Amino acid sequence: MSSNAVSQVILFLFALLALALPLGAYIARVFSGEATLAQRALGPIERGVYRLAGVREDEDMPWHRYAGAALVFNLAGALVVYGLQRAQRWLPLNPAHMGAVSPEVSFNTAVSFATNTNWQAYSGETSLSFLTQMLALTVQNFVSAATGIAVLMALVRGFTGREAKGLGSFWVDLTKATLYVLVPLSFALALVLVSEGVVQTLTPSLSATMIETGATGARAQSIALGPAASQIAIKQLGTNGGGFFNANAAHPLENPTPLSNFVQLLAILVIPAALCFTFGRAVKDRRQGWALLGAMLVIFVPLVFATVAAEQAGNPNLTALGVDASASALSSGGNMEGKEARFGITQSALWATATTAASNGSVNAMHDSFTPLGAIAPLWLMQLGEIVFGGVGSGLYGMLVYAIIAVFIAGLMVGRTPEFLGKKIEAYEMKMASLVILLPSAAVLIGTAIACVVPEGARAVANPGVHGFTEILYAFSSGANNNGSAFGGLTVNGRFYSTAIGLCMLVGRYWVIVPVLAIAGSLAKKKSIPPSSGTLPTHTPLFVGLLVATIVLVGALTFLPALALGPVVEHLSLAGR
Amino acid sequence: MRSLVRPALSLLLIFTILTGVVYPLAVTGAARLLFARQAEGSALLRGGRVVGSSLIGQPFDSPRYFWSRPSATSPHPYNAASSSGSNIGPSTPALSDAVRARIAALRAADPTASATVPADLVTASASGLDPHISPGAAMYQARRVAGARAMSEQRVRALIERHIEGRTWGVLGEPRVNVLLLNLALDEAR
Repeated sequence: MSSNAVSQVILFLFALLALALPLGAYIARVFSGEATLAQRALGPIERGVYRLAGVREDEDMPWHRYAGAALVFNLAGALVVYGLQRAQRWLPLNPAHMGAVSPEVSFNTAVSFATNTNWQAYSGETSLSFLTQMLALTVQNFVSAATGIAVLMALVRGFTGREAKGLGSFWVDLTKATLYVLVPLSFALALVLVSEGVVQTLTPSLSATMIETGATGARAQSIALGPAASQIAIKQLGTNGGGFFNANAAHPLENPTPLSNFVQLLAILVIPAALCFTFGRAVKDRRQGWALLGAMLVIFVPLVFATVAAEQAGNPNLTALGVDASASALSSGGNMEGKEARFGITQSALWATATTAASNGSVNAMHDSFTPLGAIAPLWLMQLGEIVFGGVGSGLYGMLVYAIIAVFIAGLMVGRTPEFLGKKIEAYEMKMASLVILLPSAAVLIGTAIACVVPEGARAVANPGVHGFTEILYAFSSGANNNGSAFGGLTVNGRFYSTAIGLCMLVGRYWVIVPVLAIAGSLAKKKSIPPSSGTLPTHTPLFVGLLVATIVLVGALTFLPALALGPVVEHLSLAGR
Repeated sequence: MRSLVRPALSLLLIFTILTGVVYPLAVTGAARLLFARQAEGSALLRGGRVVGSSLIGQPFDSPRYFWSRPSATSPHPYNAASSSGSNIGPSTPALSDAVRARIAALRAADPTASATVPADLVTASASGLDPHISPGAAMYQARRVAGARAMSEQRVRALIERHIEGRTWGVLGEPRVNVLLLNLALDEAR
C-alpha cells in the first residue's frame, strides 16, 4: 500500500476524533438540559414547538408509550412521503414536470426514508420534483436521524435510571436532536459544500453548448441542477445516504472535490462517533464511551485497509488486456471501473467502508464494480447490523445490545449473573437482545433465498452468474440493515424488489427499535448494584476484545456461507484465470 | 394512543416547515449571497456563451482533443441530465469486451502509443460525468493530439503539466487534469 493511502486514512481518523470529542460533549449537554449557547438562541423556538404541538416537556413515558410515539410519528411521516410522490404532478415546485411515481416505488421510498435507510429505487433527477425532494426526503432525513438519537437517549436513561418508570419524552428528544444538533450542523456543512461547487438552486438545469458534437449529433448539454447541498448535508450527517442525483456522491455536482469528499466522509461518521462520547458522559464514566468506540475502530480500520488493498490490486481480467493497474505519480491505477478520477482508489475504498460501517449508504464509487474482495468489507459491515459506528443513534444502541450479549457470554463463562453498568442482565433482556440480532439477519438470508428462486428476483440481475447472486445478497443486506447503498446493476424498481426490500427495511428498523426500548424500560426499573470484585469491568481492553470477538463470531457464523457463495467464489474464478 | 396522534401530526407539520421549507430556502439564499457561481453549477463562459460546467465532463472523439473517460450514462454518454455508472461486475465478460474495444480505439488513433494504458482512461466513471482524467491518461494522449494539431509534443505536454491539479494539502484525493479546461486551453493556444 502506498504511503499516501496510509496518510489519507490516518488523517481522516485523526480529524474524526478531533471533531467527535467536542461534539459528543455538546450533545451530552443538550440532552442533560445544561445551558448551551444554542439553547439560549433557539430555546424560545423549542418551547414554541412544544406549545404548538401540545407536548408536555416533563412527560416521562413508559417504554411502550415511548415506542408507540416513535411508531406513530414514523408512520405519519411515511404516509406523507408516499402521498407526495403520488401527487407531485399536481403540486408546485415541479419545474421538470415529473409525473407520479408508481405505487410500489412510492411505498419503497416512503419506508426507505422513514427508516433512515434511503435505499433508492427511484432516480433523483429523473423522477422526483423539487417539492418531493424537499418536503418528503429532506424532512425525513432530519426526523429519521432524530428518531435514532431519541431511541438511543431512551436506552441511556434505561442504564442511568434507578427504579424509574419512564424513559423521558420521545417528543422532547426528537425536537432537541433536530433543533440543536442536526439543523445547525447541516446548515454549516451545506454552505461549506456549496463553496466547493455543490449546487443549491431552484433552477432545474443549466444549458451549455459543448465544444464537440456528442453522440446524439447535438452540441447541447443539459446539466441537471437543484437544491442539492441542503439535502446532501443532512443526508451525510443523519447517516441517510439518499442522493439528490442518481449517481449519489459520485456526481460531480454532489461531491466536486477531494476536499468536499473529505468533509462529507467526516460528516458520515462524526455523529455516530460523537455519540460514544455522549454515552460515556451520560453514564458518568467516560471510559465506557472510549471502550465502545475502541471496539468500533478495531473492526473498522483493518477493513478499510483491506478494501484499499483489494481495489488497488485491480482486476486481473483487465490487466491481461494491457490495462496498467499500478499506482504511480501520474495515475492512481487499480480497479477504476465505477470510480471517479478525483477520488482514485483510496478515497473510494475509504468511503465504501465508512458508508457501510455507518448506515449511510451514499456512494462515491459504484460498489457493483468493486473487485470481489473489495466488496466483502462493505457487505459484511452491513450484515453485522450497522453497529460499527452505524446509523445516527441506531449504531450505538445496536452496539450496546452486542455489549449486553458480550457480558452475558462472559457471565456464562464464570457462572455469575451478568451485569452491565450496574444493571443485572436477565432473561428478559437477553430475549430482546436476541431478537435484535436475529430478525434482521433472518430477513437478509431469507429474503436473498426467496429472490434467488422467484423468476422476478433472478431476472433483475445485471451481471450473470455468481456476481448476480452477490447483487441480490447486497440488496437484502443493505435493506434489512437500513444502509441504503446498492449494487446498482440490480433492477430494484419492479414490484418484487420494491415490496420485498421495503418489508426488510421495516423489519430492520422497527423490530430493532421496539426490543431496544423494551430493554431500556426493563433496565430503568432495576436497582443499580455497586460493582464488586466479581464484576466484569466494561471499559478495559479485555472487554473490548470480548466485544469484538462476539460481534465477529456472530457475524461470521451467520454470513460466511452466503459470502462464500458470492464474492469468495467470484474472487477465486478471477484469480484462477 | 389518541394522545400520541396530535403531537405526532403537529410535530411532523412543524418539522416539515422548518427542515423542508425554511432550511433549504435559507441555504439557497445564503449560497446565492456567498457563492453564487458554484450554487448555479459552476458555468464556464467563453465569449459570453456557456460552453459547459467546469465540474461536468463532456464527450470528445476527435483526435485533436484529449478524450474524457468512458461514460455509461444513457441514452448517450455524458448525459448530464441522468448520471449513472456502468454497474458492470469485475468478472462480467461485457467489461472485458468494452475495455478491449476502448484500448483498440486508442491504439488506432495513435499506433505508436504504449501497449499498457492507464486504468482510468479505459474504464467508465462512477457518475458517467467525470470531468477529470489522471495526468498519466493525458500524457498517454499527448502525441496523438500534437500530431493532429501540428503542435510540438513538448508544447502539448507543457500544457498538460500546467493543468495538473494536485492533491488537496498534498494528501487528499488524486492528481488529475480537467479535460474540458485542457481542451479549451488547446484551442486557445497558438
